[in-house]
Amino acid sequence: MNEVLPNAEAPNAEFREAIAKDYEWGFSSDIEQEFAPKGLSEDTVRFISAKKNEPQWMLDWRLKAYRAWLEMEEVDWAKLDIPKIDYQDAFYYAAPKAKPKLGSLDEVDPEILRVYAKLGIPIEEQKVLAGVEGARKVAVDAVFDSVSVATTFREELLRAGVIFLSISEAIQQYPELIRKYLGSVVPQRDNVFACLNAAVFSDGTFVLVPEGVRCPMELSTYFRINAENTGQFERTLIVAEKGSYVSYLEGCTAPMRDENQLHAAVVEIFAHEDAEVKYSTVQNWYPGDADGKGGIFNFVTKRALCSGARSKVSWTQVETGSAITWKYPSCILKGEGSVGEFYSVALTNNRQQADTGTKMVHIGKNTRSTIVSKGISAGRSNNTYRGLVRVLPGAENVRNFTQCDSLLLGSECGAHTVPYIEVKNPTANIEHEATTSKISEDQLFYAQMRGLDPEAAVALIVNGFAREVLKQLPMEFAVEAQKLLGISLEGSVG
Amino acid sequence: MLRIENLHATVAGKPILNGLTLSIPAGEVHALMGPNGAGKSTLAYVLGGRPSYEVTDGSATFDGQDLLALEPHERAAAGLFLGFQYPVEIPGVSYLQFLRESLNSQRRARGEAELSGAEFIRLAKAQAATLGMDADMLKRPVNVGFSGGERKRAEMVQMGIMNPRLAVLDETDSGLDIDALRSVGAGINSIMRAPAKAVLLITHYQRLLDYVAPDRVHVLTEGRITRSGGPELAHQLEREGYVEAAA
Repeated sequence: MNEVLPNAEAPNAEFREAIAKDYEWGFSSDIEQEFAPKGLSEDTVRFISAKKNEPQWMLDWRLKAYRAWLEMEEVDWAKLDIPKIDYQDAFYYAAPKAKPKLGSLDEVDPEILRVYAKLGIPIEEQKVLAGVEGARKVAVDAVFDSVSVATTFREELLRAGVIFLSISEAIQQYPELIRKYLGSVVPQRDNVFACLNAAVFSDGTFVLVPEGVRCPMELSTYFRINAENTGQFERTLIVAEKGSYVSYLEGCTAPMRDENQLHAAVVEIFAHEDAEVKYSTVQNWYPGDADGKGGIFNFVTKRALCSGARSKVSWTQVETGSAITWKYPSCILKGEGSVGEFYSVALTNNRQQADTGTKMVHIGKNTRSTIVSKGISAGRSNNTYRGLVRVLPGAENVRNFTQCDSLLLGSECGAHTVPYIEVKNPTANIEHEATTSKISEDQLFYAQMRGLDPEAAVALIVNGFAREVLKQLPMEFAVEAQKLLGISLEGSVG
Repeated sequence: MLRIENLHATVAGKPILNGLTLSIPAGEVHALMGPNGAGKSTLAYVLGGRPSYEVTDGSATFDGQDLLALEPHERAAAGLFLGFQYPVEIPGVSYLQFLRESLNSQRRARGEAELSGAEFIRLAKAQAATLGMDADMLKRPVNVGFSGGERKRAEMVQMGIMNPRLAVLDETDSGLDIDALRSVGAGINSIMRAPAKAVLLITHYQRLLDYVAPDRVHVLTEGRITRSGGPELAHQLEREGYVEAAA
């Protein structure tokens, strides 16, 4: 399975050295772009909608969001130092130049395939991999910049009745489903970034798993920012019908940039009765250089509605990238006996800032939630866990368990835990545990004395710290995530 | 094999080692005894290269190589094993993962081929069996929930897996009951009693020396060797105490 991620299998000195020098995936490729005019206005929204041949209702929906966005306030409650964003100084749409409809991967721009190969995600190998005995199939809806350029495994998924395609295509092919579910979990006005996304989302993914179907493979989308000054506004919508199951993997890397790039994605998950959705993320956007210059602003809204009884949504995230991370994957536990889980590793180094956590809103009876958050801070970074557990008056017999652990490397970083617990029903059973620790000199010396160099020793100790979360990840991602934690901490030992 | 000359070292500015000279030829086991605070553990840490233990004078060579110029992991790869008095917990990391990564890191540094997962597990199981340890314990996180005796046994299993040329064992006998003491002693003999290997056995008590017969015994007092002798010196120390015997 490691073949999916060749880099993860090369812990050699050259590899490490290459990464220590530069952000390894910091390159940009020359693919002809088609840009929307710079800046943000109603015309931008109309341009994007027209580019995508969208129906009138979709344009209206976007315009409504745009007008609402104009009225909204910036976020100021997070423990983040967010520079003023000049929304007029960015492009909101960039697509690889339109080509005839692609029938196979062979027709994909070789430059794009080359970029993927450099990223260690060769699409063509995905096919080979699918044929390998015992290897799980991974369907890749490859999002290159704003437009899906290749979709594999679609046929097999279709045979199972699973809809898995870009959201642009879904708007054309399944307008009734999109109209029904889009914005049903994250309303346009939820927050300023979600609202912006609703106005200008460029592309993303739509998944629908029909009643009783267990999705035959793990679904994986690799995102990549590749256009100078282009905000990235992905929109993901996952609908799990009654009794269905799907595991969705999302991972991303971004090329090096000097200017900050705004990434404001929205992910909505709608889970019906007895449905289960597992959503895993490895986030490795460019974090900026050691002095905090450049790097991605990752302002993401992810929310699941456990609408049906006994539905279950599990968020697992490994966040190592981005200059600023603002992200709270949440569960609205409406269905009776529904279950929400949040497993998170957030690692910050150098000047990175992360304010991340979850919201578990218990509405239904007998709903349960589990939160396990592992924050790792190094360098001069700031890492905040912010989590809300809310139990509404009608929610009888709610259970929540929260564990927040912070690990500090060095003495110039910060770790903060901000739990909000609002319980309106006395039958609730809420547990909260929190720890803060430092990697001890004892541990480091012990590991070094057995033969590990200081960086390997730190990586090992940090991976142990994060194990409870990493083991929630599908195998392919667990390997990458472990590697990533080590890489992200390079230079933090001194 | 190990040659220490006029070694001076400080911890937090305080002199602990004050001109220690000691030589261990290949094929020999030397015991280092002495009262609390004499600098026994400091010597072990200095030989390991622990940060914050500062060498202010003197030298230590390992097969002619300047030991003090190497990083701790380089000393390990060169064939030095340090058995800890207080083995450290590493939560979330299994012993198997820890030791496999450590061993392969050493092997890479020496230009040897890495062991595969299966090869490593075979080795680890064999070593655990030799030391009378349940191999399933190696699936548990490093030293988490281990009793004092289990930790020391695990140290010896580690030594068996690493197969070093020079072992510095810091009070490996402390916290052991008589059965554990016997198997740890047998482990030291089977792993380290070889013509090309050497051991520095740091201990308070004679009792481990009943199982691992030393070739030489040294008394450390106030940071330097104050007396050296054959195995009989250990018995004399046990009878008379350090102050009298060292006089």
